[in-house]
Amino acid sequence: MESAVKDRNANASTKPNTTPTTKRRGATAEEMAARQKDVSVSEFFVKNRHLLGFDNARKALLTTVKEAVDNSLDACEEGGILPEIVVIIEDLDPKRQATAKSSRYRVTVVDNGPGIVRKQVENIFGRLLYGSKFHRLKMSRGQQGIGISAAGMNGLITTGRPMIIHTKPGAKQAAHHIELAMNTKTNRAEVTLDKETADFPPSRLRSLSSGTKQLASEDAYLSPSSFPTGTSVAIELEGKYQKGRGSVDEFLELTAIANPHARIVFVPPSRVASDDAEDMLPGTSAAAAQEGKSKDAKRDAPAQTSETGGVIVYPRGVQELPVETKEIQPHPKGIELGILLQMIRDYESSEKGTLYDFLQTRFCRVSSATASKFCSAIGVTSRTKASEIEPQQVEKLFKVFDEERLSPPPTDCLAPIGVRQLLAGLLKGVKAEFYAASTREAAVYRGRPFQIEAAIAFGGDLPGDQAARVIRFANRVPLLFQQSACSSFKAIEETPWRNYAMQQPRGGLPVGPLVVMIHMASVWVPFTSESKEAIADYDEIRKEMRLALMECGRKLGTYLRKRQKMRREGERRDVFERYIGEIAKALNAITGEDARKIYDALLQQARTKTAVADQELDEDGKVVADDDDSFDDDGVIVVSSAIAPIEKEAPLAAPVFLEAKSKSTKPVDTKRDAKALAPSTPKQAPSKRSAPAIITKKDLAARASEAKPTEKKPTEKKPRFDDNDPRLF
Amino acid sequence: MAKKTTSKAAASPAAATPKPATAHVKERDIRTQKKILTLAAEIAKRALAGREPTVRIPMRTKTNTIWNKKRGILEMGEGAVERPLFDLKTAKQFMQTMLHASTVKDLIDAGKTSSLRGVFYKAKHTVAGTKENTFDTQDESDPILEDLEVALGALREELHVFAENRGSMVGNITVIDKGDEINCRRMGSGGYAMPSIVEPDIIQFGKCEAKFVLHVEKGTVWNRFNEDRFWEKHNCILTHGAGQPPRGCRRLLQRLNQELKLPIICVLDNDPWGHYIYSVIKQGSISLAFESSRLAIPDAKFLGIRAKDYRECGLDDAVKIDLTDNDIKRAGEIAAYPWFAGHKGWQREIDGLLKNGFKMEVESLITKDISYVTETYVPQRLKAKDWLE
Repeated sequence: MESAVKDRNANASTKPNTTPTTKRRGATAEEMAARQKDVSVSEFFVKNRHLLGFDNARKALLTTVKEAVDNSLDACEEGGILPEIVVIIEDLDPKRQATAKSSRYRVTVVDNGPGIVRKQVENIFGRLLYGSKFHRLKMSRGQQGIGISAAGMNGLITTGRPMIIHTKPGAKQAAHHIELAMNTKTNRAEVTLDKETADFPPSRLRSLSSGTKQLASEDAYLSPSSFPTGTSVAIELEGKYQKGRGSVDEFLELTAIANPHARIVFVPPSRVASDDAEDMLPGTSAAAAQEGKSKDAKRDAPAQTSETGGVIVYPRGVQELPVETKEIQPHPKGIELGILLQMIRDYESSEKGTLYDFLQTRFCRVSSATASKFCSAIGVTSRTKASEIEPQQVEKLFKVFDEERLSPPPTDCLAPIGVRQLLAGLLKGVKAEFYAASTREAAVYRGRPFQIEAAIAFGGDLPGDQAARVIRFANRVPLLFQQSACSSFKAIEETPWRNYAMQQPRGGLPVGPLVVMIHMASVWVPFTSESKEAIADYDEIRKEMRLALMECGRKLGTYLRKRQKMRREGERRDVFERYIGEIAKALNAITGEDARKIYDALLQQARTKTAVADQELDEDGKVVADDDDSFDDDGVIVVSSAIAPIEKEAPLAAPVFLEAKSKSTKPVDTKRDAKALAPSTPKQAPSKRSAPAIITKKDLAARASEAKPTEKKPTEKKPRFDDNDPRLF
Repeated sequence: MAKKTTSKAAASPAAATPKPATAHVKERDIRTQKKILTLAAEIAKRALAGREPTVRIPMRTKTNTIWNKKRGILEMGEGAVERPLFDLKTAKQFMQTMLHASTVKDLIDAGKTSSLRGVFYKAKHTVAGTKENTFDTQDESDPILEDLEVALGALREELHVFAENRGSMVGNITVIDKGDEINCRRMGSGGYAMPSIVEPDIIQFGKCEAKFVLHVEKGTVWNRFNEDRFWEKHNCILTHGAGQPPRGCRRLLQRLNQELKLPIICVLDNDPWGHYIYSVIKQGSISLAFESSRLAIPDAKFLGIRAKDYRECGLDDAVKIDLTDNDIKRAGEIAAYPWFAGHKGWQREIDGLLKNGFKMEVESLITKDISYVTETYVPQRLKAKDWLE
């Protein structure tokens, strides 16, 4: 750390020298000075829009939606309001050519949040790096205060149209209708229209299409009663609307998974851009886009998401807001020396207090006892002023921080999604047969608490021959790009999936019908770039992710092994039942004994011998608890209807002499069982555990008989060694 | 139990007279029917009582084969395996055993016989409600039938099943086959095809002047001897078994040996396979150990080809066929058989083969002269009684 600082200083000092020594082209220092001026943040980002996620037309549209939705959710939660968010994308150039690379869209996002005070509108929407979230350690979606204003700026640059904002800060107040354009030179907003209006939410939005009209008539779409307060932001931009991976649809779908407390309505544009491979993002393909479409089509009743005249409604899954998170101070563990020095310097100038007080007020988990321990450890008293501390002592303090055992930072600053919500979200969005989730205890990186949650979905409709799909969230915001740069991706690769009966090419993602979901909740998520697409690869974070994944993986492994056993039993039964009819007939032909009686008796035996197969299939409450007690009740859901049926290949027809007899196995409950989510999912009754024991005994017997000399198998004959097989000698 | 029946079977030909065959057959059929019924009834009883159905099948394996030194034959031991229905490995075989039992019962009821292939087709059908066949190939069916033989303690012919005819016979003998008189002296170039079932109720021996039986390995060699009228000149019976002789051939040789007291002299290839054929003729095979007392001919003789013949007959280099690794392995195994292990002559013979490093077929003698084998080789050896026992 120290050397790094030195290096930087060294660079700084050599820099001025380099300019004069380079070959002169006739400009004097004075002339150059005339050209040197401040660069405003806005100007910087106008030129570097890709840093903020406006790399191309398709992503620009997505980023605009994402920033607006993130802001809306944050605002609602902070205001204690259950979010109701409407996302509208209007195609403003519907007659464009099919080959057009992009089109003009208007993105409107309406929320029922607390609204914005009039005088703050310009700052929030018209300035970059202005916000409430940058200077504090609190879990929220937005961090830097770049997002929405950057989206507006992008719109302004690509279309010249200002941002249109309606905001209603109070139920009894009139709404403001403001149009503003950002002056990139000054990083300030210029208001072009400012009036009060009673029209909130804007009534125009209710009559966009037949779908919106219908929903509006049902009071399910932008009804003024649901939006007593709120904000609506409309941005026009050059963009491109496509389905598939990295699309607005995927973003909203995943947002709905991670935010089951929000109701989200999406009005997509009337026209989807033709697939254009050139503009596609890496990892996306025409097929993926296609897949997205078919998934949309499939996403019907069981997924709860509904569609009316093209309008997609992601309903609210839970009625409680996430626990309100608290702002916290940094934790002594993991803080860096430079930052500690800076904090002490800040404290000197602002408070002029003692080190003892500094430690207690500027850090979390430092009690008075701990503070005095720290003070004495570096040889100062509790009355020593912070300004009197020598840099060497700070260094020592830093070491003491590291050695001291401290309780981890408070977790009330974090609002994990929670195992049940995670499962509910996945169940809604992914059709699979097995779901598992786990939430880790909070941990710390660089003095900031964070918490990792992981969930996996396996089987069902998921494609079996592809690498697992990875869904990533940071503070409930889906991360759609730069998957391989993300810490979570590396954690998934490091997880030993083979131990959990999955395939995994060396150093790669597991292959199989698997969806892996990772959520990181933190007061400060370390993104790799301003566009917030990937989580930086801190060892602590990656380790927690891996541990969470391993927890899920173990549950999956246990399940799969059990599944396999069941399948084997099923096959056994299948084999036995297949032959029983023949045997009954043959015995009847020889002895004259009633064939049906023999058949029934043998069938009864076969059923008993393969009881395990039955047991599992009958569990319509879905297997939640396993015979080893490693499963916690909430962590796992099994949807048995999604399990490929065991006896599907050749359903046994009853033998001819048994036409009237029904012999189908007990029907499998085909509907997805919501009961599985209930916390009181019954554990397997102990009596059922005896079933595997039968098999074990049986297997032992079989093994014992194997040990005995086995009889000759009907093997192929060798031409010469025929009648009396000499190989037996 | 196999022993019991076979000793009975061995006893009956002793009273080899063309007596009322039909009555005898009927009595035998009733006995077999009863055995099948007992087996099936026991299984049905178990099934209805809720106990697991199983068939007890005496093992036809090396471990369950006993070398009876005194009698000079292989016998089946007491070992048996259970074939339960509710076991993945045996479920299908159990079903197949039941099907064959039912098929055999039908055959006996109808008083007809069937070939192995016929039985296979009779029992082969699609399992109700599936696409699976009860039997896929005859190779699956034949061993099941053998299982049934040992499980019931009944022989194949008692089950009314026969194999394809294989092997031929000519010579100074008349046989009565199902009442038809066959003069084996007038069989042209083809010879009398030895049937699969040659029990006394089917085949009786008529007039016989032959003094011994010359058994050769293959049809090609047999043709040479027949064309040269060897049997006429040397007053014998000439047979071949098309390689490893089938049961019918072995049984007929055994009856000629036992009933007519004719020595059986074998002319086989000089290779482990030839030695093995001799071994089977002499003391029986493992898979048919339960029938050894009916099939084995403990005093059969091995005339050639011998390892020393390459030198003694002054054969050409061209006749050598290199021993393969497998041959060498087989030779070692054969040398270790208990009935060869203590036999100095055989140890020398096998040793000679291995020392030579090559094998010789009977046809190799043709390099001397087309009829060298019939005119010189065999007569000389017979005269000198130069054979292995």
